[in-house]
Amino acid sequence: MDLMDPRAVHKERTHPTAGLYLRVAVVLFVLTALEVYAFEVSRRGSPAGLAAIVSPLIIPILVVLSAAKFALVAMFYMHLKQDATIFSGLFVLPLIIAIVLVMALIMLFSVVHLMP
Amino acid sequence: MAHAHAGTIHHAEQPSAHTGLETRKLAIWTFIGSECLFFASLISTYLVYKGKSLIGPLPHESSQCMLHGRLQECEGIFEISLVTVGTAVLLFSSFFVVMALNGAQTGNRRRLIGWLTATVLGGLFFVGMQVYEFTHFFHKGLGYTTNLFGSTFYTLTGFHGTHVTIGVIWLATVLVLAIRGKLPPEKALNLELAALYWHFVDVVWIVIFPTVYLMR
Amino acid sequence: MATSVLDHSDSTAPGHTGLWSWITTVDHKRIGILYGATAFLFFLIGGLEALLIRWQLARPENDFLSPELYNQLFTMHGTTMIFLGVMPLSAMFFNFLIPLMIGARDVAFPRLNAFSYWVFLLGGLFLNFSFLINAAPNAGWFGYANLTSRQYSPGLNIDFWVIGLQILGVASIAAALNFFVTIVNLRAPGMRLMRMPMFVWMSLITQMLLLLAFPVITVALVFLMADRTFGSSFYTPGGGGDPTLWQHLFWIFGHPEVYILILPAFGIVSEILPVFSRKPLFGYAAMVFSGAFIAFLGFGVWSHHMFSTGMGPVADSVFSLTTMLIAVPTGVKIFNWIGTVWGGSLRLKTPMYFALGFVAMFIIGGLSGVMHSSPPADLQQTDTYFVVAHFHYVLFGGSIFALIAGAYFWFPKMFGVLLDDRIGKLQFWLTFVGMNLTFFPMHFLGLHGMPRRVYTYPSGLGFDLMNLTQTIGSLILGLSFLVMLYNIWKSVREQPRRIAPADPWDAATLEWSIPSPPQEFNFAEIPTVEHRDELWWRKRKAGGPLPEPARVSGKGIHLPNPSYWPLVTAVGILVFMTGFMAGGVVLNLAGAAILFFGAFRWAFEPTG
Repeated sequence: MDLMDPRAVHKERTHPTAGLYLRVAVVLFVLTALEVYAFEVSRRGSPAGLAAIVSPLIIPILVVLSAAKFALVAMFYMHLKQDATIFSGLFVLPLIIAIVLVMALIMLFSVVHLMP
Repeated sequence: MAHAHAGTIHHAEQPSAHTGLETRKLAIWTFIGSECLFFASLISTYLVYKGKSLIGPLPHESSQCMLHGRLQECEGIFEISLVTVGTAVLLFSSFFVVMALNGAQTGNRRRLIGWLTATVLGGLFFVGMQVYEFTHFFHKGLGYTTNLFGSTFYTLTGFHGTHVTIGVIWLATVLVLAIRGKLPPEKALNLELAALYWHFVDVVWIVIFPTVYLMR
Repeated sequence: MATSVLDHSDSTAPGHTGLWSWITTVDHKRIGILYGATAFLFFLIGGLEALLIRWQLARPENDFLSPELYNQLFTMHGTTMIFLGVMPLSAMFFNFLIPLMIGARDVAFPRLNAFSYWVFLLGGLFLNFSFLINAAPNAGWFGYANLTSRQYSPGLNIDFWVIGLQILGVASIAAALNFFVTIVNLRAPGMRLMRMPMFVWMSLITQMLLLLAFPVITVALVFLMADRTFGSSFYTPGGGGDPTLWQHLFWIFGHPEVYILILPAFGIVSEILPVFSRKPLFGYAAMVFSGAFIAFLGFGVWSHHMFSTGMGPVADSVFSLTTMLIAVPTGVKIFNWIGTVWGGSLRLKTPMYFALGFVAMFIIGGLSGVMHSSPPADLQQTDTYFVVAHFHYVLFGGSIFALIAGAYFWFPKMFGVLLDDRIGKLQFWLTFVGMNLTFFPMHFLGLHGMPRRVYTYPSGLGFDLMNLTQTIGSLILGLSFLVMLYNIWKSVREQPRRIAPADPWDAATLEWSIPSPPQEFNFAEIPTVEHRDELWWRKRKAGGPLPEPARVSGKGIHLPNPSYWPLVTAVGILVFMTGFMAGGVVLNLAGAAILFFGAFRWAFEPTG
C-alpha cells in the first residue's frame, strides 16, 4: 500500500459511522449518570442496601467509570482505535507517568506511615 | 514549507513520506501528551491538599466560614446538578465536533457548519456555567485565597476553563473559515487538529469531574 | 510580509544580510547561531558570577561581597548556567545539526523555532535585568519554599525568578515539540530510527524529557506566583500549605532536567569519539536503550534531593533504590565509550581531547552521584560542598566539556573556518587543570563540613587552603575561556583563512556531505540513506574521500518565508507575564492582546 494513502495510517478499513458516534455519546451520558447516581447514593446513604455496597467502593467505582469514559473518547472520538499506533503511544506514555506521579504524591503526603 | 528539488515533500501540510503521518497531527498529539503532565500536577495538588483546609467553605461538608466578618456555619458549597449539566454538555460537544469533522471530510458543508456551531455553543455554555459557578462560590465566601480548597479548586478548574476558552476561540475561528468556504475536504485537517484539542479538554474534565465534585 | 522567493545561492543578496534578516529569520542554521552566540554570552556572565563568588571565598571572613549580593550571585550563577547557558548551547546544536543529520531542509515548524529563540532571549534579558535594580533572584536556583514566600522574600527578586523561568519554559516546550516532530517525521528516505546518528537519538529523548518535565515546574511556579501575588497558601504553613510540596514538584521537574542537561552531551561525545577513533560507536543499540531507560527512570528518582526532609524510611528506600538503579544504564554508556576508543586508530585533535576528558570527568561525577544515593551517607553530604563537587563534575566536566568538544568539532561546518588546534589544546589543558583544581578539593571540603551557600567562613576550620586553591582554579578556568575567545577571534580574522572543506575530520554523518557552511537549503537533493554512518559507507564504496560538494544555485527549492510574527508573539508573552509583578491587569491584557494578535497573524500568514 502506498505510504501516501491515508488508509496506510489507519489500522481498520472501515471508518466509524455517525451512528457509532451517537451510540458512544449515549454511553458517555449513561456512564456520567451512573457516576452521579453512585455519588448521590453514597452521599444520602439511601437506598440503604445499595449504599452499603457503593459507599465503601465509591472511589474504585468512580475511577472505573471515568476511565471507561476516557477510553471511549480517546478511542472513538479521538480516533486512536483506527489511527497509527504512535499517536496512542504519545498519549499513553505520558498518561502512565502522570498516573504514577499522582499516586506517588498522594502516598508521599499521606499521613499514614507504612512503617513505624 | 520546503519542497526538495528532487520532489520529496517536506510540507507541514503533507504526510511524511517516511512515517505516513501528518506533521501537524503529530505535533498536536505530542502537545497533548505534554499537557497530561500539566494537569496531573494540578490534580495531584488538589488531592494532596484535599481535607487540609483550615477553614471553610468546603466542597461537600459543612464547616465554619468567615462571612461578613463573622465566623459562621456554612454548608458544602458544590451544586452537583449544575456541574452535571455542564459536564453533559461538554461531553456532547465532543460528539458534535466529531460530526462536524465528518462533514468537513465528506465535503458536506451544512453538516460541517451546523455541528461546528453546536460545538462552539456547547463550549460557550460550559464556560458560562463555570463563570456562574465561580461567581456564585465567591459570593458564598470561597475566594481564591480563602483556604486550600479555594486555591486548588480555582487553579485547577480555572486552568481547565482557560483551555476550554482557547478551544472555543480556535473552533470559532475554524467555523468562520468554514462559513467563508475555506474548509474544503483537503483542509479538513485544520478542523481535525482543533477537534483533537477539544476532545483532550473534554477528557481532562472527565477526570476532574469525579475527582473534584464526586469524591468526598 | 515578503512573499518573493529569495535567491538561495547568493548569501550576500538583499534579504540575506543585515539585522532585519536575522530578526525575521526562520532558518534553523541561523537560529542555531543566534542561540549559540546568546548562550555563550550568558555563559560568560554566569562565569563572571562564579569568579566573584570564588573571589569572596578565597579568604576566610572576606568582605568583598555583602551577604545579600552573594545570595544573588550564587542564585543567578546556577539559574544562568542551567537555563541560559547549557540548555541553549544544547539548543544551538539541536537547531544546527538535527535537520542536517536527518537529511531535512529545516525543522517541522520554522517560525515556531524562531519563536522559541526570541522567547529565550527575552526571558534571559528579563531575568538579568533584575541586576540593574539590585533585585536579582536570591533564594537559590531551586527557590525553596517558604523562603521564597512574600513574607520572607518581600522584594521583587523572586518575582523576577518566577516570571523569568515561566517565560523560559515556554521557549523550551515549544522547541522540544518542534524537534520531536522534526526527528520523527522529517527524516530523509532510508533514515530509519536505528540508523540515526546517536546525537539525534539523544536529542529525541531529551525533547521527550523537556515535554514531560517542564509542565510540572510550570505548575510549581504558578503556585508560587499565586502565593506571592495573590496571597494563597500553596507553600505557606500559616495557611495550611506544605513547603515540601514545592520541593516535590520542583524536583519532579529538576531531576529530569539534569538528564536534559547531560543527554545532548552524551550524544555529542558519541559522535566525536568514533570519528577520532576511526571506529563506529560501540554498542549502538545499547546506547539507544540505555539513554531511553535513563530518561524514563529519571522520573522515578526525584526525592533523592529530599533525603533530609523526613519522608520516612519507605520513601527513602524506594528513591535510594531507583537512584542506584539509574547508575546501571549510565555505566553501560561509559563502557561503550571506552569500547569505542579501545583498539581504535586515535587522532588526538582538540575535539577528541575534550571528549576523552568528558568520559574521565563524568566517571568522577557519576561516582560522587552514586555516593549520594545512600540516604545515610547523603545526610552528611547534602547541603555541603560535596554536592557542589558532584554536580560540577557532571555539569562542567560533563556537559561543558562535551559542548566545547562539539564547538571545536562543528565550528568548521557552521562557519567554514577551522579553529586553531594548538590553541584548542592549550585551552583544553587550562580547562582541565582549572576545572579539577576548582572542584576536586570540594569533595574534601564537603566531607569536612563546609556548607553550601554561605558567603563566608571562619578561619581555623581547615577550609582556608582548599578555598584558596579552588579560587585559583577558577581563575585558570576564566583564563581558559579567554583563550577560547581568542581562538575564535583569531581563526575568523587571520589571513590566509584556514578554510574548512566539507568534511575536515573524515566523519560519518550527513552534515559533512554538504559545503561548509551549508547553503540555505541544506541539501541540493534530499539524500537517500542506506546505512548507519552513511558517509563512511559512501567513502568506502568510493574507495577514498568524496569530491568536495559544489555550491549550487538552489533555484526551484522553496523555503519558508522569513517572518516577524514569532518575535511579536514572544513580546506579547513577555508583556503578559510582566503584568504579574508590575503594571497589573493592564499589562496582562495588553500582553494577551499582543500575543493573540501576533499568533493570529502568524497563523494566517502566507508561508511560501
